[in-house]
Amino acid sequence: MAIELPENVVVSKLDSLASWCRKNSLWPMPFATACCGIELMATGASRHDLARFGAEVFRFSPRQCDLMIVAGRVVMKMLPVLQRIWQQMHEPKWCISMGACASTGGVFDTYSVVQGIDRFIPVDMYVPGCPPRPEQLIQAIIDLQDKIQAEGTIEGREFNTFARQQRKRALMELPIIGGPQIIMPPRQGVN
Amino acid sequence: MSTLSEVVAALKDRFAEVTDSEFRGQTRVVVQQSQCFDALSCLKNEYGFDMLVDVTCVDYLNFRDATDRFGLVYVLAGTESNLQLTVRVMLNEPDLTVPSVVPLWEGANWMEREVWDMFGIRFEGHPDLRRILLPEEFAAHPLRKDYPLQGRGERHNFPVLTRAEA
Repeated sequence: MAIELPENVVVSKLDSLASWCRKNSLWPMPFATACCGIELMATGASRHDLARFGAEVFRFSPRQCDLMIVAGRVVMKMLPVLQRIWQQMHEPKWCISMGACASTGGVFDTYSVVQGIDRFIPVDMYVPGCPPRPEQLIQAIIDLQDKIQAEGTIEGREFNTFARQQRKRALMELPIIGGPQIIMPPRQGVN
Repeated sequence: MSTLSEVVAALKDRFAEVTDSEFRGQTRVVVQQSQCFDALSCLKNEYGFDMLVDVTCVDYLNFRDATDRFGLVYVLAGTESNLQLTVRVMLNEPDLTVPSVVPLWEGANWMEREVWDMFGIRFEGHPDLRRILLPEEFAAHPLRKDYPLQGRGERHNFPVLTRAEA
């Protein structure tokens, strides 16, 4: 027996509704350390107008943000700061690695520059370029929105995967000098 | 007020084994390690070099014709006499210690910390000889020529911070 829906009623999944809300109001946390930061500012300014995609509210407190945009190289001494800010953001949260330096270290293949932030925090989107044009960053945000819509769940199951919590292979092989020794136990079969 | 050549002549007179050279109008003297504080103090107090422009260092490892490992460089200037003089002290391992010049020029504090950080040269009597640029737990002195450009893995030897610790 068919049930007739009243007017203005849409049937959907709760996951899909939550993802739709989240993807259209991303609050970026600008972690801008170098020239990529200038392009990031340009993206937020009137000419490129990030407000068209609902992601214009840059907040400088990690407690209010859900999208971290790492724009620029991250040196060794900055890394604990980056990790702390990432942990202070509440979930659900996403990360865009903007530019060659944040993604791979770029031309700074030296002793002090971290060769890709994805060794330490999970990255959802990588934006190539040195620095990337604002259009590229906007494309990354659009792609991230698609990703959130496609795999987002209301209780954040997509964050709880093995791949997201596992440390990078290259990192697991390195000994840790200084600081407390933290080795995450391998967690298999967690959703 | 004395000219630069008079200053150099007086310095050679007073201290043993001082050599001087000139390149493109810039004068440089090389002072023995044991006499460097006395020479710098003399230059400041008697010849009016009241400004320490820079303290830096050069690693001469594998440099052609070099006999010494490190060249510690003090760039001095006199604000009234308008003179400039570079004083160089050659250092070799294992004795990489010189007296700090912070008692003479207050501004030497951070510059000597940077030289310690990057080259591992100890400044005796420095009020606070800690690393200034690199993290405290860093174990090497990266501007030495025998340190690899990409480091020894320090850049990735960080624990991944977890939620509980943040």
